[in-house]
This record gives sequence, structure tokens and C-alpha cells, in this order.
Amino acid sequence: MKQVYLTVKSNEPIAAGTWKMVLEGDTSAVTGSGQFVNIALPGLFLRRPISVCDLSEGLLTLVYKVVGKGTDAMSAMAPGTRLDILTGLGNGFDASACESSALLLGGGVGTAPLVLLTRELRSRGKSVTVLLGFNRAGEEMLAAELEALGARVEIATLDGSKGTRGFVTDILHQKADGPDAIRYDYFYACGPMPMLKAVCGAIDAPGEMSLEERMGCGFGICYGCSCHTVNGPRRVCADGPVFKKEDLIWQSK
Amino acid sequence: MAIEVNLCGVRLRNPIIPASGTFGFGLEMKDVYDLNLLGGISLKGTTREARFGNECPRIAECPDGMINSVGLQNPGIEVFVNEKLPALRKIYSGAIIANISGFSEDEYRECCEKAAQAPEVDILEVNISCPNVHGGGLAFGTSAKAAAGITRIAREVSSKPVFIKLSPNVTDIVEIARACEDAGADGLTLINTLLGMRIDIVRRRPVVANRYGGFSGRAVFPIALRMVNQVARACKVPLMGCGGVATAEDVVEMMMAGATAVQVGAENLRDPYACKRIIEDLPGVMSRLGIKDINEIIGIV
Ligand SMILES: Cc1cc2nc3c(=O)[nH]c(=O)nc-3n(C[C@H](O)[C@H](O)[C@H](O)COP(=O)(O)OP(=O)(O)OC[C@H]3O[C@@H](n4cnc5c(N)ncnc54)[C@H](O)[C@@H]3O)c2cc1C
Ligand SMILES: Cc1cc2nc3c(=O)[nH]c(=O)nc-3n(C[C@H](O)[C@H](O)[C@H](O)COP(=O)(O)O)c2cc1C
Ligand code: FES
Repeated sequence: MKQVYLTVKSNEPIAAGTWKMVLEGDTSAVTGSGQFVNIALPGLFLRRPISVCDLSEGLLTLVYKVVGKGTDAMSAMAPGTRLDILTGLGNGFDASACESSALLLGGGVGTAPLVLLTRELRSRGKSVTVLLGFNRAGEEMLAAELEALGARVEIATLDGSKGTRGFVTDILHQKADGPDAIRYDYFYACGPMPMLKAVCGAIDAPGEMSLEERMGCGFGICYGCSCHTVNGPRRVCADGPVFKKEDLIWQSK
Repeated sequence: MAIEVNLCGVRLRNPIIPASGTFGFGLEMKDVYDLNLLGGISLKGTTREARFGNECPRIAECPDGMINSVGLQNPGIEVFVNEKLPALRKIYSGAIIANISGFSEDEYRECCEKAAQAPEVDILEVNISCPNVHGGGLAFGTSAKAAAGITRIAREVSSKPVFIKLSPNVTDIVEIARACEDAGADGLTLINTLLGMRIDIVRRRPVVANRYGGFSGRAVFPIALRMVNQVARACKVPLMGCGGVATAEDVVEMMMAGATAVQVGAENLRDPYACKRIIEDLPGVMSRLGIKDINEIIGIV
């Protein structure tokens, strides 16, 4: 963990209610995808945890959805704004766990951390398929960035207004065989809890997923964010947020 | 500038102590800054058995504060004594305060005895004020008779100074404080969190899964200060003042109200360097106020 001041370089809407913020400054504590930062915002007591979306040449990219006071305040921040941020939090994804073909699944703004993960996997020479799920057309995000990194991207929307109708798991069922079948030996997932549960139920391959929980500190001292694992209670912020599928208790139940 | 204080014979290099539950077992903070600059550390509340605590969500933000309903997650007294304490003592030479909770008099007795026997422990802080567990903690802290009972038990089994940690969720905190003092408490810590609630108005349900939780942070400072002052004026034993402390000025104010040492809780969560910052700011604030020895202001108001 490292406390730094980062400067907003750009801050723009990229999809319905969703913004991309690029920050400049000391990003040295960020070691990989799946980690997050915790942002202090004026007038708010607790920091706001946001995943690392991308990292390159001293620039840190965050993608966030406006859902309340804090994210609303972030969306109004002009370039040049300085932010007090705890960086390098959490364990992150294990890009070395995939042998040759990775399946990435993102739900809503859970897509964000998959960008840097795709970059890491591609640089290790792995093939990457990304399945993204949203409520409706207009919410989809980051597909072009992921494709530019060499990933195959498929989209599902609940109302069918874009891509496959239904959940990301419905894309999997549709493309289980045939010439364009999706093949993978390991999966990575990030999204809301019900999606993660469905993903674990639908996929036999091993994998890991990033959990979300309300946080007090974000760096492991308050025990406000614990989850149940086969190894006992674990802190989502410091022992996670990424956990192996077989370690989560709701998985082995 | 003198900032050393003395708590029942335990010398603290300064009066600043991270409050129980907001600094883990100390070890979690070892890479953040050198713990040896702290006056003391009050460790996470410990019970006889290991506990997961309450289900998540167990954190809710509030204006100038927060609610927690962690519910005493801890690895149990054996792991605490055999693993956590020795590991902390290896890297930290200041005062170690063991914070003990329980669900019965027997549990308090067993845990207080084991913690007091641990060579690493300097002070026992007996928590009779946790609002987050049913049938334990707070139940002992809201009745003068029960509070005195736990105090006697802790005093009996401990050769180390015993501080009783008081709840603000009572009609008359002075009555409880006096009962603990009369039962042999060497000191008192106050306040624990105030029972509070937030509702998610979109989902129409409480934010924390346990419905209610303990409210603390800057917003509670005036209440904590008032209670410390009331108890200081009624009791002779030294006090650890706690609740809403975020700056060196707050420390001075808390000590003027009657505290000998000052605990910093929720502020550690927003600012990992809170205690370090406060300790570094303290001499400057003292010299601005013409204070040469911090001990001269204890309870002067
Ligand atoms: C490890 C982690 C990574 C995350 N990454 C992203 C990301 O990349 N992009 C993104 O848009 N969101 C992300 N989130 C969710 C994000 O933290 C919340 O949407 C945000 O805190 C909401 O703040 P607010 O003030 O706008 O909402 P409010 O509802 O006003 O917030 C009130 C309180 O609840 C907390 N809170 C509310 N919703 C959530 C939530 N879903 N998860 C955790 N805490 C919440 C806030 O932090 C705050 O303490 C992440 C959460 C975690 C735990
Ligand atoms: C996340 C959290 C966990 C806590 N856990 C404990 C505990 O285990 N034992 C205890 O005596 N007090 C516990 N407390 C209470 C604090 O030690 C302190 O008394 C209270 O928070 C008031 O101080 P503050 O306003 O500075 O936070 C906890 C507080 C918080 C915020
Ligand atoms: S949020 Fe404090 S330990 Fe995870």
C-alpha cells in the first residue's frame, strides 16, 4: 500500500452513467490487474474503492459507474484535480494460472479490471476470450479496447438490445461447440455476486474471481469486509479481492 | 517538550494509542510505518473461541463518521496469546493493550486470565460495551451491577492493570464508571461506539446486515468529550479517552477533559497515517498553546 497524490488527466463518459478517469503520478505501488485503489473524496468519511482498469507509462486508468454521492462527485472532477489515493491494494489476478486459453467474464462495470488482465495475458502469449454482460445497449463498455489488445469479445444484454439476449453464461451455452466454439482452460470473472455464482455453476474449468464488499479501510486493519473461505475468514480488501473458485465457501457448498 | 505519560505504572512515550478494532493486531500495519512511535496499541477485541463475526455488509458510511457491525471477528484467545502477541512484540516495544470480550462471566474470567499471564501484555482492556453481539459485551456494560461483577473477575485474575471499556449507550455513564472503580478497576476507557443505523432507501433495508451497528468517527467527538469529562470529575482512576479523535488539537482537548491517554479509532481507517500524523503534530500544537509538559493539562477543565 502506498498513499499518493494523483492528478486527473482526463475524465470522460464512455457509456451510460459510466466514466473513465485517467490519473497521472506515482503509480509504482500498482503491481497488476485485479488490484484496486481507495480514493479520498472531499466531505466523505470513507474512501471509495475502484479497480485498476489499466496501467501504462505512469498513467492509471479507472472506469467507474455513478451510483451515489462519491462517484457523482468524481464525475464532476476537472483535469488538474489532485486526489489523495491509496494505491497497490489487494492481491490481484494471477495471470500465470492460465495455460493457454483464458476466458474472462465481466458483468457491468466489473469489465474494468479485465483490460489490464487482458494486456497481461496477451503479453504472456495466451489467447483471450472476453464475455461481457450488461442490462441493455448503451451500457456496454471497453469492448474496442479489449479487441485492440487481441481479445475476442462477445456481449450479452438482459433485454437483448445488443448481442446475445440474457447473461454471459448464455453466450457460453450458445457457443459450446461448432466452428466458433469458445475454448479455455481457466477463467477470470468480475461482476455482481449473483453473476459470479452463476459463472461458478456454469463452468467446470478452474478459475478465480474478484469479489466486492463494503469496506471500512481497504487495507486490512478493520475486518469490515470479511468473506468465508475454506481456509477460514479472509479479508476481501487485503487477502482478496481475487479468490480462487474452490476457496470460496458458497462454491464448495 | 514532555509528552510521556504514565498509565498505572505503564510508561507511554506519548499519549496516542490506536483504538481496539481499528488497527487489527498491529501486525497488519507493520509495513505502513514504524509502530514504535506509538504510545501504545489496543488490539482487536478477543474472545475465547474464534469468531467470524456478523455477515457482511458490516460497514456503513455516515456524515462525519461510520457504522461498523464487525461483531468481534478474531482468531480466539489461544491464537491471540500464542501467535499474535509474540509476533507483535518482536517488532514493537511500546505498551500492548489486550482488549477482551466475552459472552459470560466465565468467558471473561478465562480470557482475562490468559491475556494477563501473557508476558507481552502491559494493560488489560475489558470491553463490556460491544454493541454488535447479542447476549454479550454490551449486556454487561449497561448495568452497574453486571459491570462491577466483570470488573471484580478481571481484577481477581489479572496481575496487570485492568481498564474497563465503557459504553455510551447508557442513561448515566458516571454510575457505571463509579461501580467499576469501586469494584477495583485500575482505569477506564471511554467511549465505545454508539448504537446506530442507516437504511438503504432504494432497496428499503438496513445497510448493515445486522440491522444496527456501532457509530463512531469525528461526529461523536463532542459526546465522547462530555462523557470523559463527567467521568473524570467523578472518578479518581486514569482514563483513556476515545471517540472521534482526528487531530493533535483533539488530543489536547480530550486530555483537558480528563484523559491521561487518547485512543484514535475510525480515523485510522480513512487515513492509515492518522496516529503518526497526530504524534508528529502534537509538539507544535503544544508549543502554540504554551504547554511544556502534556501532563499539566490532564483534567484541567
Ligand atoms: C475492490 C472493489 C473494486 C471496485 N471497483 C469498481 C470499479 O472499478 N468501478 C466501479 O464503478 N465501482 C467499483 N467498485 C464499487 C465502488 O466502490 C462503489 O460503486 C462506490 O464506492 C460507490 O460510492 P458512492 O459514493 O458513489 O455510492 P454511495 O452509495 O453513496 O456510497 C455509500 C457507501 O457505500 C459504499 N458502497 C456503495 N456501493 C458499493 C459497492 N458496490 N461496493 C463497495 N462499496 C460500496 C461506498 O464506498 C460508501 O462507503 C468496487 C468496489 C470494490 C470493493
Ligand atoms: C471497525 C471497528 C471495530 C471495532 N472493534 C472494537 C473491538 O473489537 N473492541 C472494542 O473495545 N472496541 C471496538 N471498536 C470501538 C473503538 O475501539 C472505539 O471505541 C470507537 O470506535 C470510538 O472511537 P472513534 O470515534 O475514534 O472510532 C471498534 C470500532 C470500529 C470502527
Ligand atoms: S475494509 Fe478494512 S479490513 Fe477490509
